[in-house]
This record gives sequence, C-alpha cells and structure tokens, in this order.
Amino acid sequence: MSTPVLVVAELTSDGLLKPALRSVLGAAAALNAEIHVLLIGHQLETVIDEALRLPITRLLVADHPSLAVPLAETTTTVVRAISQRYSHILTAASAQGKGWLPRLAALEDVAMISDIVAIESPDTFVRPIYAGSLWATVRCLEPRKFVSVRVTAFSPLNGASSEPVSRENLSLDDWPAVPVIRSAVHEHPDEGRPALENARTVVSGGRGLGSAEQFEALLGPLADALHGALGASRAAVDLGYAPNDLQVGQTGKVVAPDLYIAVGISGAIQHLAGIQAAKVIVAINKDPDAPIFGVADYGLVGDLHEIVPQLTASLKNP
Amino acid sequence: MKILVPVKRVLDYAIKARAKSDGSGVDLAGLKMSLNPFDEIALEAALRLKEAGLASEVICVSCGETPVQEGLRTALALGADRALWVEAPGELEPLTVAKLLRAVVVQEQVDLVICGKQAIDDDAGQTGQMLAALLDWSQATQAAAIHCEGSRLEVVRETDGGTETLQLNTPAVITTDLRLNEPRYATLPNIMKARKKPIDQLTAGALGVTITARLQTLRVAEPPVRAPGIRVNSVEQLLDLLKNQAKVVS
Ligand SMILES: Cc1cc2nc3c(=O)[nH]c(=O)nc-3n(C[C@H](O)[C@H](O)[C@H](O)COP(=O)(O)OP(=O)(O)OC[C@H]3O[C@@H](n4cnc5c(N)ncnc54)[C@H](O)[C@@H]3O)c2cc1C
Repeated sequence: MSTPVLVVAELTSDGLLKPALRSVLGAAAALNAEIHVLLIGHQLETVIDEALRLPITRLLVADHPSLAVPLAETTTTVVRAISQRYSHILTAASAQGKGWLPRLAALEDVAMISDIVAIESPDTFVRPIYAGSLWATVRCLEPRKFVSVRVTAFSPLNGASSEPVSRENLSLDDWPAVPVIRSAVHEHPDEGRPALENARTVVSGGRGLGSAEQFEALLGPLADALHGALGASRAAVDLGYAPNDLQVGQTGKVVAPDLYIAVGISGAIQHLAGIQAAKVIVAINKDPDAPIFGVADYGLVGDLHEIVPQLTASLKNP
Repeated sequence: MKILVPVKRVLDYAIKARAKSDGSGVDLAGLKMSLNPFDEIALEAALRLKEAGLASEVICVSCGETPVQEGLRTALALGADRALWVEAPGELEPLTVAKLLRAVVVQEQVDLVICGKQAIDDDAGQTGQMLAALLDWSQATQAAAIHCEGSRLEVVRETDGGTETLQLNTPAVITTDLRLNEPRYATLPNIMKARKKPIDQLTAGALGVTITARLQTLRVAEPPVRAPGIRVNSVEQLLDLLKNQAKVVS
C-alpha cells in the first residue's frame, strides 16, 4: 500500500464538519491512496461520530483545551506532530487553511501549492493565477506535497466507508501553548439563507444597488424566492452594503452555484475570478457594454430597481 | 518599534494577463507594472502607525531582479523611511522570499512585519505566514483593523463567516485585507525626491539564503472559456429560459 494522504478538517462554529470537507476528500481521492482525516479542537465527541461515517480509512483526533479556538499557530503544531507519515497534506483553501498550511510548510521546509483546481498526477497540479485569467500547471518537486484545495473545483466524495474507520487519538508530549487570544467573533446572522460557499443559487449585488437598505430590500426577497444565498462585489462590501464575508472574487470567496445572478455588478476581472465555475450566469445591468455581459449566459439590460422586483414577484406568483 | 513592509511589483490590476504563445509563462512584456495593491495597504498601515507615534521607522524591502527597485521607489515616494533591495535571480517562490525576509528581519531587528495577504499575480497567499513560522512569531492574517498599544496588538481580521478579533504581542506578522485602509497617493514632489533616495542593496548570498526551485511551472494557459450567452428582452423571457432551457429554476 502506498503512503496515505492526510486531509485536515475544518469545523463550523457549531462544531460540525464543514461541507467543504467532502470536496477536499474528492480531491484526495484523485491521489489513489488511503485517506486519513484529522480533527482538531476540544470536546469533539459529536463531530467524531459524524467523521467516523466518512469514506476514509482512519480518523485522527487531537482533542485538547488549548485547541478549542482554531488558531494557525496551534493547528500547525498539531499537524506537524504527524505530518511525516503522509505523502500529501490537503486542506481547504479557506481563511483557516490559508492561515496554517503555509506555516507548516515553512517549518518543514516544503514549498507548498495554493488553491488547486485540478490534479494531473500526484505531483502535478493546476492552479489559477492572475485572478483566474490564467491557469498554471505546476509540478512539485518536494518529496511531500502540501496543497490547499479550491473546494468548488472538486466533486464531493459522498457516502461512507465500507470498512469500519479506525480511530487514533493523538497525544502530544507538548500540547501547544496559546500565543494569541481570540477576544471577539462576529459572524453575521445567516437570515435563514444557505451559506454562500455551498449555495446552489447565489444572488449578488454591486455598487449599482446604491445603499445597504436597497441591497437587502431588493436582493433579500429575490434570494429567498430562489432559496439562494446573497453575495456581493468588493465595491458593495467597501461601501457597507453587505458584510465582508459575502465578497465574491479573486480576493473574496469563490462560488460555483448552478445559478449566479449578478445585479448591478460591472464584471471586473477580480469579480469574475470568483464565478467562473457557475453553471449559469445571469447579468442584470443598465449598461449594455458592462463586461459582465461577456460572461453571462443570459443578460438583461435595464434598471435593476424595476427588474429585480418584477423577477421576485414572478417567482413568487408564477 | 521598527516596521518592515515587504513589497512586490506586479502586473497592474486593471490589465488582463496573457500567456506566452509557447505556454511557458506569463507575457509581461511592455505591460504596466504597479505595486501589489495589498502591499500599498500594508505600507499605509505602517505609515499610519508611525504618524501616530507608535513606530519609529518604516522600512520597505523587495526581492528580485533590477526592476523591483521601481516598486521600492514608489514605496519611498509614499513615505517609507528606507528601502532595501534583496537582489535575487529569477521567479522567486514564496518560501524563498520568506527566507530572505527572515534574514532581513534579523539583520534590521524589526518588531513588526506588515505585508499583503496575497500578491495579485501568483495569488499564492503564503509569504506572510511562512515568514511568521520561520521567525516563530505569531500572525494575524487578513487584517481589517489594527490597534497598537506598546507591544500589544489588537487585530480585527476578516474570516469566512465575518470577523474575529485577535490579541497578540509583538514581534508579529500582520497581513492586510482590502478594507484595512485606503492608501494615500504619492505627490509629485515626493516622487521626485524618492528618485534621489538611496536604496540599500543586499544579496541572497550575503543573507545566507540558497535559492533552489522546488516548483516547476510546466504550462500556463487560458482557462476553459464559457460559451457565449444571449441577451433577453424581458423578465418573462428570462424566467422561461431559466426554467425550461437551463433548468436551474423550478
Ligand atoms: C487587489 C484587488 C482585489 C479585488 N478583489 C475583488 C474581489 O474579490 N471581488 C470583487 O468583486 N472585486 C474585487 N476588486 C474590485 C474590482 O476591481 C471592481 O472594482 C469591483 O468588482 C467593482 O464592483 P461593482 O461591479 O459592484 O462596481 P462598478 O464597477 O462600479 O459597477 C457597478 C455596475 O452597476 C451598474 N448599475 C448602476 N446602477 C444601476 C441600475 N440602477 N440598474 C442596473 N445596473 C446599474 C453599472 O452599470 C455598473 O456596471 C478588487 C480590486 C483590487 C485592486
């Protein structure tokens, strides 16, 4: 049997597995090796039950009070304790993954690869560069590969393992000290909408919305009629129309819904970087020359203040 | 407190990158280059700490071949006190840059590094965290606000779910997100003055860093293009197509 690969899981604020894990497992499956998953945190019993039903061979658990808050520094220390066992270490290219994986790589003197969208072979990966204008195929010459995964680019590995998943509790000689204190967390309420990362439908607004009030008043009901999530352009976030975690694009979130509706968004390359993988893109914009129409499957030229309420009404009363 | 701000010169954000015709890399010939926007934000944050009397010196550093000095000139024009050029050949991998920066941090006895969360060319987003690890320093990435009191830092950072606030001590590495500040523009007199300021030159060899490539770019190409779309004339037509042609609305 070849050397196994390790996938480091990320937990939601409620202590459950993030759905993105299944997509990282999808990427790991392309490596044709045993997959192990590592859970890091404190008081993990519920999530362990969930994780033991994943299609993997082994679950590793690092459970310690010093790990209650996910910090890059402590996560790195834990993964380092077992990293030598693996040919590949994979995690989502999320805010957390981006925080700790480069730290681990530097400490182990390994050049890492960020944000892959395809695996050509166990040492060759495809990753977007220049806001996704180009894709680079990169071969990693390191004996061990540390890779962060763009989860929207990989199909989730569904189902459960046919064999029982073995469990290993890690006991470190030195549990990490906590060098950083997290003194506040502000997660904005989801208003009953799906998370932007996994939504099948995303309604995104830009500068054209004009105000925070209009943003919610116009786009909220449309998103709800479609059971979708809200997204935003950088301009909309900078102007305070929408919270930062809704920013879609090169330096925000990458989404891959079945339906993406861009409202009052011009379609700057930095924004398009986040929506290239959407199945269907709809653009609503008053400027017929807006670049968003260049990528839209269906474009509707006009004033969003008229079009959006009509669209919402038609969806509610077909 | 001495602050180091690493800066990178990249293809201007408004220009769409193209691959070389043989697919061996990115064609940058003759195109407008600018400071990485996240590095401008980092420099602005450092300058504001200095202007508030919380930092004694802001040093900028760039690693690479001769043209990277252009980026340093811009940083000087914006208000950096000193500029360091680490001469190093070829395209540098993030881990190499982190090693060079570590040597500079040690040599200059820096207390705080503020750098961009990513460079908008390779979009790797690794260097700051790697540097923090090599120095065994704490990190606060994706900063949206920085408060500083002596050696105590409070950083609000953007996360996938909103924001969180971290308390940490210097020495530390902070990486910047878009909403940390709005960078100032360089004035013409300052641009002129910056042309005459000295740039200290260092080399990878003198800093004790050996450069070996561990990543090999096999190909650079345009991603799959989307099939062209159509214009619709009304909300009714749009909904009809979404339901019956695309089948993404039920
Ligand atoms: C380093 C860097 C990183 C960046 N990262 C991102 C990123 O991750 N995501 C991102 O989105 N951007 C990003 N940007 C910003 C990007 O370059 C654009 O500035 C931004 O996407 C523009 O947002 P917008 O389309 O909402 O605004 P604008 O470009 O101002 O477009 C507004 C649009 O609304 C339309 N409009 C106005 N009123 C109406 C109306 N009544 N009805 C219909 N249409 C109307 C206009 O015709 C226009 O097309 C980044 C930029 C930089 C430099």
